[in-house]
Amino acid sequence: MSVDQATVRRIAHLARVAVEDKEVEHLQGEINAILSFVEALSAVDVEGVEPMTSVLPMHLRMRQDEVTDGFIAADVVANAPEREDSFFVVPKVVE
Amino acid sequence: MTELTRLSLAAARDGLNAKKFTATELTRAHVDAVEKARALNAYLKETPEKALAAAAESDARLAKGEARPLEGLPLGIKDLYCTNGVETTAASRILEGFKPHYESTVTSQLWRDGAVMLGKLNLDEFAMGSSNETSAYGPVVSPWRRKGSDAKIVPGGSSGGSAAAVAAHLCLAATATDTGGSIRQPAAFTGTVGIKPTYGRCSRWGIVAFASSLDQAGAFGVKVRDCAILLSSICGLDPKDSTSVDLAVPDFEAALKDGVRGLKIGVPKEYRVDGMPEEIEALWQQGIDWLRAAGAEVAEVSLPHTHYALPAYYIVAPAEASSNLARYDGVRYGLRVDGKSIIEMYENTRGAGFGAEVRRRILIGTYVLSAGYYDAYYRKAQQVRSLIRRDFDQVFETFDAVLTPTAPSGAFGLDNVPDDPVTMYLNDIFTVTANMAGLPGISVPAGLDHQGLPLGLQVLGRPFDEGTLLRVAQAIEDAAQFKLAPPFNMRR
Repeated sequence: MSVDQATVRRIAHLARVAVEDKEVEHLQGEINAILSFVEALSAVDVEGVEPMTSVLPMHLRMRQDEVTDGFIAADVVANAPEREDSFFVVPKVVE
Repeated sequence: MTELTRLSLAAARDGLNAKKFTATELTRAHVDAVEKARALNAYLKETPEKALAAAAESDARLAKGEARPLEGLPLGIKDLYCTNGVETTAASRILEGFKPHYESTVTSQLWRDGAVMLGKLNLDEFAMGSSNETSAYGPVVSPWRRKGSDAKIVPGGSSGGSAAAVAAHLCLAATATDTGGSIRQPAAFTGTVGIKPTYGRCSRWGIVAFASSLDQAGAFGVKVRDCAILLSSICGLDPKDSTSVDLAVPDFEAALKDGVRGLKIGVPKEYRVDGMPEEIEALWQQGIDWLRAAGAEVAEVSLPHTHYALPAYYIVAPAEASSNLARYDGVRYGLRVDGKSIIEMYENTRGAGFGAEVRRRILIGTYVLSAGYYDAYYRKAQQVRSLIRRDFDQVFETFDAVLTPTAPSGAFGLDNVPDDPVTMYLNDIFTVTANMAGLPGISVPAGLDHQGLPLGLQVLGRPFDEGTLLRVAQAIEDAAQFKLAPPFNMRR
């Protein structure tokens, strides 16, 4: 499989990454080189093979449903590029 | 005092406990060495005041006879580990200025055990790379040089800063992470020892995420023993990471004395790849001979799906990365580049904040996870992963460990780094299988190539059997008698 330039723009938008027009052709070439590299997998017979969902056979532990952390709003927003009190500030979303 | 920086972690610990020198002297020697070696660009952030304050506390404890396991030992920390109040960037513009208000579990365990932080080490951006060239803050330079040449050499990646710092004696040992070979390949390139423990051995909490099903914390040292000592400190159950495993952490250092007599070591024939340099082949054979001489049984084994590990990795890793890196949105931390709408703000922020390699992987990951392609790519890759794991399970029914070269070549020059991504990815051909199967792996320096640059041998082991891995590595280290003497230090 390979991608065309429209697909490169579409996935860049899906990934919310701005891509300049002049970069699209180069990115297309690189993405297609990687896709053709991973094409090797088409030779593997995976009929009846379970996809790996846990790296090592293990059960996820259960824990008590209780609050163990919190009341650290100042810490949470401390690194925000723009904040007001304990709120993150973003460009207007709803007109 | 510069000879204090030449000690192994174990020798420094023993020297402190025997009161041959103080933690302050040891730390001061390292702080000075770090300052003098800035040309290597190994440290992104130096924290000398913090280090000397911690050393003073260590001296007080040592005086009282209350030394903890890593008391007063100066370490470097890969800048992927969140450190409370100390800038943590993942070598990316998008995290420039980010100061976590919390400490990663692994580093908190090091400080619990008395270690001293010298600073934060450079890496490939978000740990994506095999040469440390993708760092937004410039490449790391290896302290090694080719015979008769002054051309700069790469330390490998992604943990290039950790590898170069340990090789140039800018810290006694270092933390690192390994997603596809990011500890073992740079260890091989720099003549240092690097261990990636089993997936789940160490908590991933507070480590900037790249590919969550592959990422694993680990350590660099000058000697195998140093890695064993660090491992006992950084492993263990963490309730904050649901994939961390509830298993007792053995005294890995104590296991080293057990030797390799009677161990069965497999040599996988599929790792004999086309175009492998003769010197790599010869080194591998040398390793086999060393282990036989030490009393191990060595025989050929087959891991038939080896060839598919790297292609499957380049689906799984970008897919998980595209998901993990979605959090960098210009809202909660890091860079923000304004736009007319919130979507445009996201796009501008991420377009400007991510470097070329990170962007490439996010796009690949987004594509393979997008509607209609999930089964063909991600599901298929995870099926192949099950097959890779099954290959190893079968070999480990009979064999205790597997021996391979760490990388298909020695380090390359900064001036001749491959410019296409796929050629660069081939660096991880021997290391990536361990990440795909969750297995522990270690690289031990074993010799020099024809240019005078280090080469490493890799040992892979059963899940949670780092003890055996370290014993095999120790046998190689004993036989190889490798001298860590990069030219950068000798000229200094």
